Amino acid sequence: MRLLTHNMLASNARGAVTGYPLKLQVVKWSTKEAEPNADFLRGMLPKIDWAALVAATQALGLPELLPGAPPTDAELSAEGAAEDEGSVLRRLHRALLEIHIEEGTLVCPDTERCFPISRGVPNMLLHEDEVRN
Amino acid sequence: MKLKQLEGLLGELQQFTRPKVELEQYATGSHIASRMLYTAENSFDDITGKVVADFGCGCGTLAVASSLLDAEHVVGIDIDPQCLELAQENAADLELDMDLIQCDIKNLNLRGLLVDTVVMNPPFGTSRKGADMEFISMGLKVARRAVYSLHKTSTREHIKKVALRNCNAISAEVLCELRYNLPQTYKFHRQKEVDIAVDFWRFVPRARHEGSTACSVTANVKQRRMHG
Repeated sequence: MRLLTHNMLASNARGAVTGYPLKLQVVKWSTKEAEPNADFLRGMLPKIDWAALVAATQALGLPELLPGAPPTDAELSAEGAAEDEGSVLRRLHRALLEIHIEEGTLVCPDTERCFPISRGVPNMLLHEDEVRN
Repeated sequence: MKLKQLEGLLGELQQFTRPKVELEQYATGSHIASRMLYTAENSFDDITGKVVADFGCGCGTLAVASSLLDAEHVVGIDIDPQCLELAQENAADLELDMDLIQCDIKNLNLRGLLVDTVVMNPPFGTSRKGADMEFISMGLKVARRAVYSLHKTSTREHIKKVALRNCNAISAEVLCELRYNLPQTYKFHRQKEVDIAVDFWRFVPRARHEGSTACSVTANVKQRRMHG
């Protein structure tokens, strides 16, 4: 599971108010390179919950990866940003699409219900009596 | 990617070895799957560069097809762990990146806006009544642009009514009627093969938050014919 998926996923356990954002506890993660797409990132930026994304990178032990505030469109469009490994475009791309959480846990912020991530797949299944009505 | 090439790659995917009748697990054939996704992309621009979710992804055929058509981010969701393992293997064999979530679609909680397009070959509601409508309803909650789905032609009127009235669809359109060739998957199937009439649907959700986006989608329709 990558952090773009984490950014959209919420808990639906009984007692959850929003169930979002899920707290991330990471045991194992990996990086896999992907081609950055500047247009996609610019379109995605206003839809991303920035605080949740930053919290996820901190849980990974990468506090330097993203700035505290979302980058501007101009920063993402800066010339050569796609080639420059250190550019904010590349860092956002890396955070959203290149980091794969392999093993760990997602924790519902309202109920503390834990959802295990095993072999890259979070298990969001609930028992019948846990389902929110 | 050419349609024939897409169909060929999908034809090589591993399918379920022991399908579960209660989940109505039927493989989506490569012929239908390739045309579904090809139409979604070429007629409506709903796949390439988009975030696509495959509801009830099974062994991942529609998710893989989305990824092959250069969806920027693909998420496959299924309740069945064995299916998800297969989907993972299928994606790995083609060196595709795709995220998988184990979840019951009716309990899914995904923030709207982030997913552009939902594709699915959901249960037809034969084994558990209403399962098909749960999928449509959740698809329309999650998708920002469109939901593509397959349903039995015999349920056409019902689906149209419920989608428009109760599921927040602003349009519900049958793009094409297909013959779904169903090989004998389960013991209760008496005939070796049956053809059932299936509709290929496109649902458009009412726009949330950002007023203009979804309204412009219908204007973007270039061509409504099915390819191939």
